[in-house]
Amino acid sequence: MSTVTTPRGPVPPGHAGPHAAAAAITHHRRRPVEAVVKLLLRISAWLSVAITIGIVFSLLVPALSFFSEVPVWEFLTGTRWAPQFADASFGVLPLVTATAWTTFIALLVAVPFGLGAAIFLAEYATPGVRKVLKPVLELLAGIPTVVFGFFALTWVTPVILKGWFGLDIGTFSILSAGLVMGVMIIPTIASLSEDAMSAVPMALRQGSAALGANRMQTTIRVVFPAALSGIVAAIVLGISRAIGETMIVAIAAGAQAQMVTDPTMAGSTMTGFIARMALGDSRVGSLEYNTLFAVGLLLFIITLAVNAVSIRLVRKFRQEY
Amino acid sequence: MAIDTTVSRPAPERLKTGSSRERSTASIVFLFLLWLSLFVAFATLVVLIATTVVEGWSRLDSRLFTEYPSSRPEEAGARPAILGSLWVIGTTAVMAIPLGVAAAVHLEEFADRQHWFNRFVELNIQNLSAIPSIIYGMLAIGTLSLLGVGDKNIVVGGALALALLILPVIIMATREALRAVPRELRQGSLALGATELQTTWRITLPAAVPGISTGTILALSRALGEAAPLLLLGGLVFISFDPNGLLSGFTTMPIQIFAWTGAPQVEFHQLAAAASILLVGILIAMNAVAIIIRNKFQKRW
Repeated sequence: MSTVTTPRGPVPPGHAGPHAAAAAITHHRRRPVEAVVKLLLRISAWLSVAITIGIVFSLLVPALSFFSEVPVWEFLTGTRWAPQFADASFGVLPLVTATAWTTFIALLVAVPFGLGAAIFLAEYATPGVRKVLKPVLELLAGIPTVVFGFFALTWVTPVILKGWFGLDIGTFSILSAGLVMGVMIIPTIASLSEDAMSAVPMALRQGSAALGANRMQTTIRVVFPAALSGIVAAIVLGISRAIGETMIVAIAAGAQAQMVTDPTMAGSTMTGFIARMALGDSRVGSLEYNTLFAVGLLLFIITLAVNAVSIRLVRKFRQEY
Repeated sequence: MAIDTTVSRPAPERLKTGSSRERSTASIVFLFLLWLSLFVAFATLVVLIATTVVEGWSRLDSRLFTEYPSSRPEEAGARPAILGSLWVIGTTAVMAIPLGVAAAVHLEEFADRQHWFNRFVELNIQNLSAIPSIIYGMLAIGTLSLLGVGDKNIVVGGALALALLILPVIIMATREALRAVPRELRQGSLALGATELQTTWRITLPAAVPGISTGTILALSRALGEAAPLLLLGGLVFISFDPNGLLSGFTTMPIQIFAWTGAPQVEFHQLAAAASILLVGILIAMNAVAIIIRNKFQKRW
């Protein structure tokens, strides 16, 4: 005689849906209408997969027709980007270097200040203070990026960079766009890092304090390492937002697609190029029009890779309490 | 993303340490740096709002609401952009909210989380939320081409791009709100003989409404401020009529601000600032509503 087992096998607690246990009991009473509604719910959830497939196809079809005319290697390694010139040239590196610079500058601003704000909110602020400060920080995240771009153009470049620091800088610059983008990303990094640090059990802090550490030592040596996976994920998400940010760079970074070697230069990022190109009147299906999608595909692949790294890192460093 | 955190966790009890230990030089410098970080964020916010108000205040009058864009700044207004934003966001809400909530209900209440496909769906939604917004504009172009639509500058096209953009945000916020509803409520309902769907519809969803609305309002406010995907749909056009339907041409406020920002005359920059004040004002109001709902109506179980 064999023991009776349920067909699905035991479901570990905390992993199955809330109805999983009840499903077996109510299964025989399922009505046709309910089955239809559940199917609709299921389709809604699966639609997200359709969206991804749709994105891939929308990018791939025009991009493939682009790469049938321009070799992939030439696209990826060329250092001159001039798709609209008579002697057209399709080296994407100028756009990539500009994106790398704006992202790098944005992180220089967002990582230290975002983490500082997160540490203060998670470890130092009283609940009352936190309740006031957090919504204000969220408000900063809610400012439209086009307004940030306007701010970069009409205030950061002329008043701060030229006026206070006396930099010899043009109307459009990678530096100005990157700095403002950094401020835009502060709330993203702060909010997610704070969540990660708040999730560290109180017992760890108490243990540290009991051993004679003060609040700063506890924060740096105990809470910070324990929350590292969440913090890294926050930073990586910040990177992917910086790479994909469009309006700030479209307004403040400039239009010249050139290899950026110095942040005071103007430059065209990948997103900036797409935005500007979309405003032009290139014919649908032309090589010029398809460059849009080739750059879009590259942007998609880069952000996908960054995101995959983030998910991996979180899995690797995750500590369960 | 900052706007994803809709269910605030209860604050942990604060760590108590002896105050004498907190007065070392290093500690004080550290605390100062933390204050500096917050100061940078808040000072930027204040300066940004202050400079925008100073620059745009003189143009924040009825002309902004009644006039159409014009090459002469003193006659220009944002009427089509304001109406266009209302049309596009309204349509976005109609498309994204039911779909997002339905998807979240399936994933949270009914899906077998061990199944590889559901895990894939979850991973996929996480990925979608990190894709740059401008890519969604390309998706909308692709979809409209597939449907054989020639003129891409239509309200429903813009709404499609924005709805797909905020869908992952709504799904994640709704899931979090559903997860916060205690299991006992569902079990009580099931024990009284309700079916799973009756339980979801009458017990679980109503209990999650505050969390869902907070997340949804924040997602819609993000869509309202978004310009990049709409640029691809030819949103930067000279519209001199009131948008009047789903197939009407449109422009929106962020795009109008972008257009004015690019103009050489200072008067247009004032207009951009005035429209920015209006837009940021609306967004602050939406954020405030979301925060009030979160603080007042969210039950702690």
